[in-house]
Amino acid sequence: MQPLETEPGDTTGSAASPAAGIAIRAVGLTRRYQMGGATIRAVDGISIEIREGEFVALLGASGSGKSTLLNLFAGLDRASSGAVFVLGRELGAMNSMELSRHRNHTIGMVFQSFNLLSRMTVMENVELPLRLGEVPRPERASRVNEALKRVGLTARAGHRPGELSGGEQQRVAIARALVNRPRVLLADEPTGNLDSRTGEEIMGLMTEINRPADGAAATTVVMVTHERSLAERYAQRMVTIADGRVASDEAR
Amino acid sequence: MKAGDLSELAARNLREALLRNSLTTAGIAIGVASLVAMLSLGVGLQDLVGRRLERTGLFDSVLVRPQGGFGGPGPANNRGQRNGQGQRNDGDIADDSAPPPPVQPLDEAVRQRLAKIPNVIEVYPEFRFAADARLGAAGHLAQVASLPTSASSSDAFEDMQGHFFSAPDAREVILFIDLARELADTQHLQPADLLGKEIVLRYPGRQPLPAQNAGGEPSPDEAALGFSIVSSQAPVRVVGIVTTDALFSGPGGFGRAGAYIPLAVAQGLGVVQGNDMTEIIRDSAASGNDHYANLTVRVSRPTDVPMVEQAIQQMGFAVFSLLDLTRNLQRVFAILDLLLGIFGSLALAVASLGIVNTLVMSILERRREIGVLKALGASDGDVRKLFFAEAGVMGLAGGVGGVAIGWSIGRIIQFVTEIYLRRQSIPAENIWTVPWWLVAGAIGFSVLVSLAAGMYPASRAARLDPVEALRYD
Repeated sequence: MQPLETEPGDTTGSAASPAAGIAIRAVGLTRRYQMGGATIRAVDGISIEIREGEFVALLGASGSGKSTLLNLFAGLDRASSGAVFVLGRELGAMNSMELSRHRNHTIGMVFQSFNLLSRMTVMENVELPLRLGEVPRPERASRVNEALKRVGLTARAGHRPGELSGGEQQRVAIARALVNRPRVLLADEPTGNLDSRTGEEIMGLMTEINRPADGAAATTVVMVTHERSLAERYAQRMVTIADGRVASDEAR
Repeated sequence: MKAGDLSELAARNLREALLRNSLTTAGIAIGVASLVAMLSLGVGLQDLVGRRLERTGLFDSVLVRPQGGFGGPGPANNRGQRNGQGQRNDGDIADDSAPPPPVQPLDEAVRQRLAKIPNVIEVYPEFRFAADARLGAAGHLAQVASLPTSASSSDAFEDMQGHFFSAPDAREVILFIDLARELADTQHLQPADLLGKEIVLRYPGRQPLPAQNAGGEPSPDEAALGFSIVSSQAPVRVVGIVTTDALFSGPGGFGRAGAYIPLAVAQGLGVVQGNDMTEIIRDSAASGNDHYANLTVRVSRPTDVPMVEQAIQQMGFAVFSLLDLTRNLQRVFAILDLLLGIFGSLALAVASLGIVNTLVMSILERRREIGVLKALGASDGDVRKLFFAEAGVMGLAGGVGGVAIGWSIGRIIQFVTEIYLRRQSIPAENIWTVPWWLVAGAIGFSVLVSLAAGMYPASRAARLDPVEALRYD
């Protein structure tokens, strides 16, 4: 287990087991980078709890540290100090293989630039996490169809990303993020490359994922965005990040 | 990631940059092709020489003589004999105080015993004598040698005019071209005109001394006193003329002679042999049986020679074979194959650098993709295996293609060689062989080299920071 380094005066840090119902818990989370002779604190001692089923928007100016925070939640990056727990498991204590499994099973990620593989069809893109997770072949087709149905793109399964619109590509990316049935969805500027109308559609989809109309289990959504208006309309809670720290935390 | 998914992804990735990856694979194929072409030529030449030597009978035969027969007089002299490891017992000193044991003669009984040794195909004596070959009144002195029936398969008689003996006891003769010319000249004929004609061989015949007792048959002691040499003759019909000069002397070889007659005929002539003189000098008790100067023992394979030699030595006879020359020849070919393999591998080594280059370029182009894969749950090991698989697929495809190209190169070389040999009126020979082990080995080596080349790019890709990779444009 990685030793916990808390900042002086930080009374929120604790390496004790997290409370039930908490999807993500950060304790004194810090990420430092060396740039030349200077030390940049992209995330500076953030402590925050996100409950299961919440739709949280991380707001902030460019370079505020919100994307870095998201990467720390995803296990794509490792904290310089502090701890982050996702569904009860501390990411700092995981080895490389365990972090890979965490990214494959526990969370789903959606990016601003979609990040679909252009030489694969929609179906193959969505199937990719199932291959990486060694899901048996007979199960894959039904799960891919389930994910595509959820985003309304079953009819486009055989197309390549280059044949889709921006909105459709982002839907495919969301389907890909959901195919392994994660409990946490992390989205980094999902509407950043879309027009406002398409952005609204994507936000509607994410709301549906967060609170399914059919009463299925809610998925915790943490979305990084610089568009306050979107956050106000769709998120239940808005956390503003500035200079690597939580500037404000508003529940809607 | 499971192996099947890994292979599918690798194949898909390779198809993505088809031209570049095809060129890299072609480089591997050319490297493998040169390796296969070189080694198949080496193996083919080795097989050719082996086949040729096998047909001469030089390396699958053991020459047997009475004890002391290879190192001078006296059974106590072991020079020339081999021990069980094929090593000569040079320099052994005889025990002069003990009387030397009697020399065992080589007779028909010994011949039968030798034939029963495991892996022995046949045992035959050699009869060799000087004779006067006559066609009409003119005679020409010539060496006459006997031939066993198995000699018909020797390549010494491949381009013979006429045919081999029609029966083991046929009163026929095969002439060497020089003697045939001499005989033909006396009658103003061509050598080929002698085929079917009868010539007379006048030779020193062995006649027992007249019996001293009233029974008319010489006693064994009387037979031991000696024999008369009388001029004898035998008519034989010319059935073949040999022109090749590849008649080596030595075990299994049919030493150069002017004329060849069937072994059974030679045995029946009662011609005086060298060992007859030796036995009289030694005052050996005659058994009344015909004794042979030497016997040639043919074995089924050259590798059986040491065992057969040991068995014959234990029977009390001296042996000699050309096995050592065979071993040296194998050593020469092993070195030749090694050198050919090294030269052939150089091209493959250069081609493997192409794999490194291609995959490193691929990493640069696919940085973002690698970041996405890691974000979706690919481990460092998965990424490493993916690039390894791509290198392996290129190696496998290059190996299979290279074997096909190498095989084709070999066929072309064989074809051209056959045309050239035919133009020189030389029988065509197969100089190129692609054994299955060479195919499997070449493909396996190609895959190994490619995987080795893929190690650095695979490690580099695995170590990529996903956050940095996702930022890459």
